[in-house]
Amino acid sequence: MDRRRAEERLMVALMIGSAVVMLGTLCWILAVVLVKGLPAMRLSMLIRTPSGGFYLGREGGILNAIVGSLLVAGGATALAALVAVPVVVYINLYARPGSWIAVWTRFSFDVLWGVPSIVYGAFGFALMLRLGVRASLLGGILTVACLVLPIMCRAMDEVIRLVPGELADAAAALGATRLQTALGVVARQAMPGLVTAVLIAFGRGIGDAASVLFTAGFSDAVPTSLFRPAATLPLAIFFQLGTPFPEVQERAYASALILTAVILAVSAAARALAGRSARHIVR
Amino acid sequence: MGNRRRVLADRIAGRFMLLLSVSSGLLICVMAWALLRRSLPILAVKPLSAVLLSDDWMPMRGAFGLFPFIMGTIWVTAAAVLIAVPLSLLAAVYLSEYAPAAVRSAAAPLVDLLAGIPSVIYGIWGILAIVPLIKNRVGPLFGVHATGYSVLAGGVVLAVMIAPVIIHVAAEVFAAVPREMREASLALGATRWQTVRHVVLRRARAGLFAAVGLGFSRAFGETMAVLMVAGNVARVPSSVFDPAYPLPALIANNYGEMLSIPLYDAALMLAALVLLLVVLVFNVVSRIVLIRIEGGLR
Repeated sequence: MDRRRAEERLMVALMIGSAVVMLGTLCWILAVVLVKGLPAMRLSMLIRTPSGGFYLGREGGILNAIVGSLLVAGGATALAALVAVPVVVYINLYARPGSWIAVWTRFSFDVLWGVPSIVYGAFGFALMLRLGVRASLLGGILTVACLVLPIMCRAMDEVIRLVPGELADAAAALGATRLQTALGVVARQAMPGLVTAVLIAFGRGIGDAASVLFTAGFSDAVPTSLFRPAATLPLAIFFQLGTPFPEVQERAYASALILTAVILAVSAAARALAGRSARHIVR
Repeated sequence: MGNRRRVLADRIAGRFMLLLSVSSGLLICVMAWALLRRSLPILAVKPLSAVLLSDDWMPMRGAFGLFPFIMGTIWVTAAAVLIAVPLSLLAAVYLSEYAPAAVRSAAAPLVDLLAGIPSVIYGIWGILAIVPLIKNRVGPLFGVHATGYSVLAGGVVLAVMIAPVIIHVAAEVFAAVPREMREASLALGATRWQTVRHVVLRRARAGLFAAVGLGFSRAFGETMAVLMVAGNVARVPSSVFDPAYPLPALIANNYGEMLSIPLYDAALMLAALVLLLVVLVFNVVSRIVLIRIEGGLR
């Protein structure tokens, strides 16, 4: 009897210990970013591009990476949404439940979710060589769009499936076509959830470094066209952390702080919207 | 008249959406095909086994042995899985079976957040916190003088990165265990831990393997964080304090120069293909197990 109770206590202690270790690690990571990033934050960091080369120049800020990251992640998210919405509408409202296209599409997205981003980077690079595009904003957008497409599709799919089938049935009974049902009833019903899916995809896209390494390149300047290379925050961290100059490393820490803040904001917004979507769903 | 137009719009939209669905469903095949095509030049010159099992890496002389990198990946991934599995399974059991509802709902966003932190941020943490810790504390404890950039550093950082994946999937697996089974066990006088061990864990075993499989494949292909802390020396590691040079780091580090040396490009694309195929196998098996747990194809 006592042994059973002792075992119980030991296991519970181990479990709580593990949970605390995970939580502590999260705090530790955030603390490292804050402690290093806050002293590096100055206004000039936000509104100036690095001068004298990002690796050696000690003056200037990270405007190139902030704008580049927003353009790459924003463009990729928009592009992925243009594909994801029709795909999700098709497999939920057009295809018969359990049809091969719905099953295969969902399964392939689940599998794509696990594909490493460096593989997307290599694939994007191979694609660009084929098309004759050099490392550029366009290449980055295309590659990151591929990277976030499965994430966005699966998140949207989950939301659309929460919409009660009776709503679509009622619309059909009123004589609406599937397209009208999709746009007028189901999409409206699921709107906050769809926005959440877009935010999740944006968060993943803006934080990824390995996929843009080959495809978007890096540059000291804010990109002025789709065919110019674009700096991104993750790569600004990666490249500038490795220099021997503290002033340049500061740019890496500032980038890390901004990137973390963006991720936190996006994930908080996604969570708030997800809560709202549940409240407004007609049951 | 209006009727015909909206029916036509419905048809056209349907065709268009079918086209998009089929083509995005084919993305995975296109990726594999593109990487295979670009790695063909090296496979035309050398047999696959010679590339994968040779440890001779001298691109300038045309020697492209991927073996040290494959072993580097395996060492780092194994270290990560060994650290992450006990921690995340215990945490997942706690959150699913023991924790009060308030703790559970507070933990969910934190797990998501941990999963959402970009890998370069993990890399910074690794460089500033874990690498010095290994150099100054853990290494001397075992009588090893190392730089800290090692298999162990990569394993620790990766473990933290894959833990949220394992916790998340494990929580879903536990939720799929019927409540009645727990109640029956508790009614027979079993303690909670006995119930977890003999009923919940037994029932959830396949799903937990799938959770670990997904975590494993995450670690296997993770690039930036590992690149930043693992040391990147192209030699097969012989201890956890040795540096490792995993496949993803190899690809990421050499993208600039690979076009000027013949076959270099093909060797790196082959490395990417190997990564893709290994991860695919683990993902496909894990997903099939999870789909079966959730009750047939959804």
